[in-house]
Parts: sequence; C-alpha cells; structure tokens
Amino acid sequence: MNARLHEIRWHGRGGQGAITAAKIVAQAAYLKGYRGITAAPSFGAERRGAPVSASTRISPQTVMVISQVEKPDTVVVLDHTLLKYQEVTSGLDRGGWLVVNSQQHPKELNITGDFNIANADATRVCRELGLIIAGLPVVNTAILGALVHATNVVDMASIEAVIRERFSDSMIDINLAAIMKTFEITKLKKIR
Amino acid sequence: MIAAYPITPQTPLTEKLSEFVEGGELNAEYVAVESEHSALTVCTSASMAGARTFTASSAHGLAYMHEMLHWAAGARLPVVLACVNRAIGAPWNILNDQQDSISQRDTGWIQIYARNNQEILDSVLQAYKIAETVYVPVMVCYDGYVLSHAEMPVAVPSQEDVDKFLPSYQPHTILDPANPKNYNLVTLADPRVNTEGVLCHGYMELRYLLQEALQNSGEVIIRVGQEFAELFGRSYANMFWEDRLADADIVIVAMGSLAMEATVAADMLRVKGHKAGVLGMRVFRPFPKADLLKALKKSRLIVVFDKNISYGSEGATCSEIKSALYGSGVNAVIRNFIVGLGGRDVKAREMADAVTKSLPLLKEGFLNSEYPEWICYI
Repeated sequence: MNARLHEIRWHGRGGQGAITAAKIVAQAAYLKGYRGITAAPSFGAERRGAPVSASTRISPQTVMVISQVEKPDTVVVLDHTLLKYQEVTSGLDRGGWLVVNSQQHPKELNITGDFNIANADATRVCRELGLIIAGLPVVNTAILGALVHATNVVDMASIEAVIRERFSDSMIDINLAAIMKTFEITKLKKIR
Repeated sequence: MIAAYPITPQTPLTEKLSEFVEGGELNAEYVAVESEHSALTVCTSASMAGARTFTASSAHGLAYMHEMLHWAAGARLPVVLACVNRAIGAPWNILNDQQDSISQRDTGWIQIYARNNQEILDSVLQAYKIAETVYVPVMVCYDGYVLSHAEMPVAVPSQEDVDKFLPSYQPHTILDPANPKNYNLVTLADPRVNTEGVLCHGYMELRYLLQEALQNSGEVIIRVGQEFAELFGRSYANMFWEDRLADADIVIVAMGSLAMEATVAADMLRVKGHKAGVLGMRVFRPFPKADLLKALKKSRLIVVFDKNISYGSEGATCSEIKSALYGSGVNAVIRNFIVGLGGRDVKAREMADAVTKSLPLLKEGFLNSEYPEWICYI
C-alpha cells in the first residue's frame, strides 16, 4: 500500500466513461484497504464527444484536498487524440505514469515528457470482444487493465470485485475479459 | 413526505430518494411538483398536517422558494431542506458557490454547512432532531459538484441506531379536518384578543419568538451533536471545526468543503514556520459569536475566504467575524478574500499565498479593510 496520496487524472471524451472509470478505481482502492478516497468529475458542461476529465485520489488517510488535481501521479487518457492538448499531461512529473489508449507503440506516440508511458489498444480489444454500446467501444473499463499493469495503486482482484458489484450480470464477464486482455497487451516505456 | 422539482438545478439526491420510495425502501410520499415554490409549499402544508418533510434544491430553485422559506420559518415548521450550493445567474452557471444559501440568510432558517459527504448524511439526521426540538426549519448546505457529484467513503449508520437517535416524529401542529383550525392568519402589529377572548401575540411578538428560538437553538445544536457522537462516534459538539487553533495566531476561516482545503493551506504555512490554524464554519445561522470569540482569542491575523459576497460590502462570513469581534479586545487584522464563485477552483496553495500576502499588514497594524480582495483574473 502506498503511504502517501496518489492522484490520478482521467481524460476522455463525453460518453467514453472517464468518470465511471474514476469511480471504479476509487472503489477498488477502498476494497484494497485505502480509507482516504475521492472520485470526482472536473466540472465543465459535459457533452458527448467533448473533452472531459475526472480525478481519483487515493490515500491511507482522509483526503483533505478537494480542489482539482494539479500534479497527478498518473494520467489516464481514453482517447489518444486528446494528447495534443497541453493540459492532458500538465503537472505529470518524473516517475509518473501516462496510460494511453492508442494503437500506436509508446515510442510512436510522439510525446515528450519526463514520465513513464503505458500504452494499449483498448479500442481494438473492445471491438474484438464486442464490448460496444450505442456503436461506441466501451474503453473505460478495458483501459483499467493498462492502469493495473503500469501502477501498483490498485490490483486486478479489487478491480474485479468492483466490476462484479457495479455491473449487471450480463456485462460482468465481457468487461473482465476486456480488462484482462488489455492488461496482457500493454506496452511500457519507462524513463531511465 | 418528500416534495421536489426534478429539473436542473437539481442533483442525484432527489433522484435517489425517488428510487428509495419507489422501491419501498423508504416509507414516504414522494410528490413531484411543478416548481420549487410548490415543493416547499407542499412541505410546509404536509408539516402542518403532522408529517416529517424533506426537500432539496439549489441556486435558482432555492431563490424561487424564497417566499416560502420565510413562511416555513414564520410558521415554525420543522422542515428540513438540503441546499446543494450552486451559483445563481446571470450569467447562467450551474457550478458551485454559496451565494444561493447565503442569499437566504435572513429567512429565519438554521443553516448548517457540510465539509464532506459524511457530514452531509450526519447533518441531515441531526437537522431533524434540531428542527423538531426548536421548531425552526433547518437548511443543510453542501457544495454542488465538489461534494454532490463526488464519491468518497461514507459510514452509513444502521436503521436501528438512527431510530434510537431520531424516533418517530411527534408533530406539534396537526391540521385535522375533524378539528378544523386556522393558522397564520392576518396578524396585525399589536396584540389582539381572538374570538375566544384570549389575548394573542401581534406579528412583532411572533417574530420576536422566532429570533429567540434561533438565539437559543445553539445549545440544542450542540447537545444534539453530542448525542450523535455518543451513538455514532463522530463528534459534532461544536458549531465550528477547529484545526490547530490552540497555538495559532494566524487563523484561516472557511465554510463548506473549503474548510477541508484550508487545512492543507495551514499545513503549507506551518511548514514555513507560521502558526496557522483553521476555523471551519459549520453552523452559520445561528452564528456562534460567543464560542467563536473564545476560539479566536489568540489570533492576530484572520483571513476569511468567502464563496459568496454581499455586493457593495464584503463576504458574509467576514462580516459576521468582524461583528463577533467588535469590543472583544481581540484586535486581529481581518482580511477577506472572495473565492470560488461559479465553480472557480480554489487551491490550498492559493489560500496559503493569500495568507502570506496578508502578513505584512501585521506590522503595519492595518486592521480592517473596507472591501474584500478577489482571487480572480482581474
């Protein structure tokens, strides 16, 4: 268990489920034993397709910071086209993790920054498994596999427990399969 | 009895309650009304008929309730309302500040502010006990989005314990067709005899009694907080939250979730060697002047952050603090910063900076400024 506050910032597009992902990880961290947890959308007028963000804070002690995350330990990006916006990696420091849903190899992402990169094509995983709702691949759960692969802040067992609790019976197996598959195909590029 | 108007500004709160009622988990009547004004009217009417009542609103919805807020307090009905704090237009904004509930400050309601989601739940339970003891309606206020749409761990007490703490409602007023009565009819300035020949209060005496009820409600609020602590282990034995005030000569004052962020600002100032503490306002009405005075005795610099403003004057909390300190002998420098309007993010480092910026005033002996400063881009 991490002894200090770990801050995750989520970037996606409205409808991709960034806020749900933030809440799943928060709940998983609680199950793992952390007692200081918050999950919150960052409050814009959110609409389908527009850039949205959310945050998850995880700490052994009660979280007293309530403002928006400024210096994330981890940034998760559900749509790699958002990487062109500067605010996506803003505040991500050395040793931090950028987790990206993209078909490209981390080296081809063309991101410069003093942080580690974890990359997986969660969109393809969802298409292959048929995890598609209203015509869109549901990448928000799949990408959790890449997050678990890259960081130790939550583990697969607690993520699985949350999926089993939150999702209806017919959606549990397919979501877990997407998370596992994404976990397996995640590529890491660590800073030296 | 729950009455609510299900449109923006509204929050997941009333949605969830309607699910509880529909699913049979909550034994209540749920009335979906056509406006917030009607929501509170249904609550006051149901309260007069002897029901325990609840409604929730925000921003424009609360403003639209304004007339009935006065009515609920004047009629001394123990209605409980959750105000999810949001900004009021123009221009349109759906995000958090405390202008909505502060604008209802003078309607005669008790106002309690929560710092986090646990305190929302705990405060609502206490609100009923307070309201039903002093016969004053209670508004439980909490920051829109910042808390209303955020998830955090909350200990949910058992029904058994809640029933122990808050037994079934024993109404003091029952409007009963079998025994018809008239309440709150035209009551003129001076006392008058009623049809039965009994001398009754005039309007002014009834209003005096409302003020007296609020003045005396502090004791009840504290007692209820203590009872709550005994049963649930979470203490609410004070009208405000104290963080490191014992040795603090610099005190940050904030209300709602900002009072949590303020403790992080105090951490930052402590690291730099300043003796900083936080006074988090929990109960804004009645305003706990006497207790507050004791807590601020050692302060030399008080920096008040308000997510509201009385335009042309200053932040509401700041005015209260100044008023409480007048003539007390505590001659602290008082600074007021208007922050976080319309959902503008307020960071601990900004609060710490505002305090640092105010430090030179200590040497200059400049106690009071006419107008507040704003943390914004102008």
